[in-house]
Amino acid sequence: MDLRFTDAEPTAQERDLIEATVPRVEVVEHPGRVVRGGHDARSQRHLLLPALAAVQAGIGHVSEGALMEICRRLTVPPAEAYGVASFYALISTEPRPPRIAHLCDDVGCGPFGADEVIAEVQRRLGPAGASTDGSGWARSPCLGQCDRAPAAYLQRAGQEDAVVAGADVSDVDHLVAALDDHPVTAPAVTVPQQGEPGLRLLARIGSVDPTSLVDHRVHGGGEALRRALELGPDGVRAEVATANLRGRGGAAFPTAVKWDAVAAHDDPKYLICNADESEPGTFKDRVLLEGDPYRLLEAMTIAAYATGCRIGYLYVRGEYPVATRRLADAIATSRQAGLLGDDVAGAGFAFDVELRRGQGAYICGEETALMESIEGHRGEPRNKPPFPTDTGLFGRPTVVNNVETLLNVTDIVLEGGQAFAELGTRDSTGTRLFCLSGAIAVPGVYEVTYGETLGALLERAGGVTGELAAVLLGGAAGSFVTAEHLDVPLTFEATRERGLALGSGVVMPFDAGTDLGRVVARIAAFFRDETCGQCVPCRVGVVRQEEALVRYLSNGRETVELELLGDIDRAMTDASICGLGQTAASAVRSAIAQRLV
Amino acid sequence: MSRAQARATVPVTIDGRQVKAVDGERILDLARREGVPIPTLCDLEGLSVHGGCRLCLVEVGEGARLHPACGTEISEDQQIRTDSPTLRDHRRRIVELLFAEGNHVCSVCVSNGSCELQTLATETGVDHIHYELEHPRHDVDASHPLFSLDRERCVLCTRCVRVCDEIEGAAVWDITQRGGESRLVAEMDVPWGEATSCTSCGKCVQVCPTGALSRRGSATGEMRHDPQIAAFLARAREHGEWIDRPPAPNGDGPRSGPKAGGS
Ligand SMILES: Cc1cc2nc3c(=O)[nH]c(=O)nc-3n(C[C@H](O)[C@H](O)[C@H](O)COP(=O)(O)O)c2cc1C
Ligand code: SF4
Ligand code: FES
Repeated sequence: MDLRFTDAEPTAQERDLIEATVPRVEVVEHPGRVVRGGHDARSQRHLLLPALAAVQAGIGHVSEGALMEICRRLTVPPAEAYGVASFYALISTEPRPPRIAHLCDDVGCGPFGADEVIAEVQRRLGPAGASTDGSGWARSPCLGQCDRAPAAYLQRAGQEDAVVAGADVSDVDHLVAALDDHPVTAPAVTVPQQGEPGLRLLARIGSVDPTSLVDHRVHGGGEALRRALELGPDGVRAEVATANLRGRGGAAFPTAVKWDAVAAHDDPKYLICNADESEPGTFKDRVLLEGDPYRLLEAMTIAAYATGCRIGYLYVRGEYPVATRRLADAIATSRQAGLLGDDVAGAGFAFDVELRRGQGAYICGEETALMESIEGHRGEPRNKPPFPTDTGLFGRPTVVNNVETLLNVTDIVLEGGQAFAELGTRDSTGTRLFCLSGAIAVPGVYEVTYGETLGALLERAGGVTGELAAVLLGGAAGSFVTAEHLDVPLTFEATRERGLALGSGVVMPFDAGTDLGRVVARIAAFFRDETCGQCVPCRVGVVRQEEALVRYLSNGRETVELELLGDIDRAMTDASICGLGQTAASAVRSAIAQRLV
Repeated sequence: MSRAQARATVPVTIDGRQVKAVDGERILDLARREGVPIPTLCDLEGLSVHGGCRLCLVEVGEGARLHPACGTEISEDQQIRTDSPTLRDHRRRIVELLFAEGNHVCSVCVSNGSCELQTLATETGVDHIHYELEHPRHDVDASHPLFSLDRERCVLCTRCVRVCDEIEGAAVWDITQRGGESRLVAEMDVPWGEATSCTSCGKCVQVCPTGALSRRGSATGEMRHDPQIAAFLARAREHGEWIDRPPAPNGDGPRSGPKAGGS
């Protein structure tokens, strides 16, 4: 294939940023065109998104010259690179204000202070997208900070990106100053249950120093890996099977089944840790990543050892700057200490972790979209089958696991799968993290043994503030429940029986004073913004759903709209390619069915 | 003999009928060979699978799970149903949603009478659009000397993207943005006539299922597409045979394969 590039050139600064991400590979060049023959260049396609992100972070947008330079180096057709760049919300191919405050107006922030903040920011900085002395703002979907609502993500060209939340956002003076140039210090990671006995996943959060390998060891780090090496790969997988560990990323798939399938395949094969957490209302993985990064690396190492993967990708949400920096440091330190590399811990197996940052696309949390994203393509989910365990990243067998799922593995190897299986119920073993935010007295991440009811969990978090109207359970892809559901045990089986799902562990109560119509409409808008658009029922369905819903809410709840909504629901739920389209009607449907709107 | 024929055959059931399928072939290939009609839009023989239109969904197995016939390999003893009230409902809804998304006014379209969306509407029984029409507003890109692009008629099937990339090897097209904002663009969103990578081969126009891509100067109902060109060229390339092909309906489609040196 012959590729044609225009002669648009990057600036010196852009070239340096690209150079640092994509080392130049020699390709045979003729004037004006490049022979797409250089295998070495083509095989670097996976650097496309990191290169775009590097330019975006340095300059504030990706110019035509920069994009063309990236295309030349990676021998990617300009149309494709442009298609990729424009897919991601955090990347702009047009000049935009170098400093942007992405203000969350999603379900956990909008009714809890964000609407007022946005009105005030708009008064000061002008309409969204405009620039006032280089500062601008944009609305954002949930930023994974709902326990500290309202939240903002600050994207600042040439400076570190940062998150501010709570009083630092409500105080708009502070917000605007922070956007300008304040270095933002990350607050200490805390959880409401800190110090309580019986915590497992959260046991070290707040007590272990997340920036210190030494402190990780002082708190027992390394013991699980030693035990795993004694058990051997088959032994580790057997313990995980006995433990009956199920995925915590939303689909509740048995982890051992995936691991066994991949273990049976030859090299190359890959491990992916899915840390793209973007389900509205979800922030548990952020707390784990920020609070205990070394434990995650240890868990990934054990998973890789058990499945025979030599390379792991850790795909972390772009709007999680603190987690990203801590993970990058932890990876570098672990390499120096011989815990990652050709001979892990002197045990004779190789494993290394590559950190990847998302760039603002909820859909990239879907496992096959995530793979497309790593490979340097638009984050469009693949048809399944084939499943990732056979044909995954770069077409090779791949294990994908959520952060929380993986963290369970250290305890499972230390205590044995049997001990783990004895916690909880028969089908829901171990403990589970729940993300409590919204109208709740003490928001935060809670860890409970499977089996606790919704009502007990709300009480544990200090109870609902005000009169309970509804709880969003499982996230935007989940459902609304009411006081009638307070007796539901939060297990896979009990929720399934009631037609519900735990999803990513979201528990977001709303009080009677909240306009639930707006909340439901915000969810519909979320899916409209986040669909990838490759399949017709979802691409058109989410737009139509939002319109019909808004008409329904404003026109006195007419039944014609309900018929349309039902029709769209059936098309999306049954005919969409991936879980986004398949669940995009769930919350709307549940709200209408229970007459909450 | 094609590679598929060399493979083992396995029994499967399609609409209650026991048939022999070639191990590894797609449900769609099997159905076509057996004369079972399954509607498709984005799929085109000769190009890679896209699987986005979802019109070819069929029910597979006991639980009647829906799988796209274009992207699903058959497996032994599979039970496939290509027709049911549910499937007919979905197909009609999908076509309706497509009509609502664009400006598909057949009576004034260059492709009237040669439009796969129009045919699908007839086949799936769409006689009314229940959704509010979106009426998108896009300028027609008439910057190319031979062809034009009307995005209001584009159904984002990506046939043009794939034929240009996989057969012509020019990679002029891609989709930009995402979701409802998705748009077909040439290179980095330049007017088509300024896209230096375009060889003016016209393959994208031939494979377009609607009136989105057309030959310039076509009047209403005059445009005749020739989507089979993709399969012809793919086969010719696979077998290294470049026999002459009868001219395309309008007489000026590509008649032979890619230029020497094309991929
Ligand atoms: C639209 C969509 C978004 C998703 N986002 C995430 C996510 O952010 N994190 C995650 O772990 N899983 C997410 N998933 C689920 C993944 O596809 C996959 O099932 C999961 O990562 C597997 O890990 P587990 O088995 O450990 O849960 C998402 C799924 C869909 C359909
Ligand atoms: S269901 Fe939606 S998000 Fe998923 S592939 Fe289809 S269009 Fe994309
Ligand atoms: S951070 Fe705003 S809703 Fe989650």
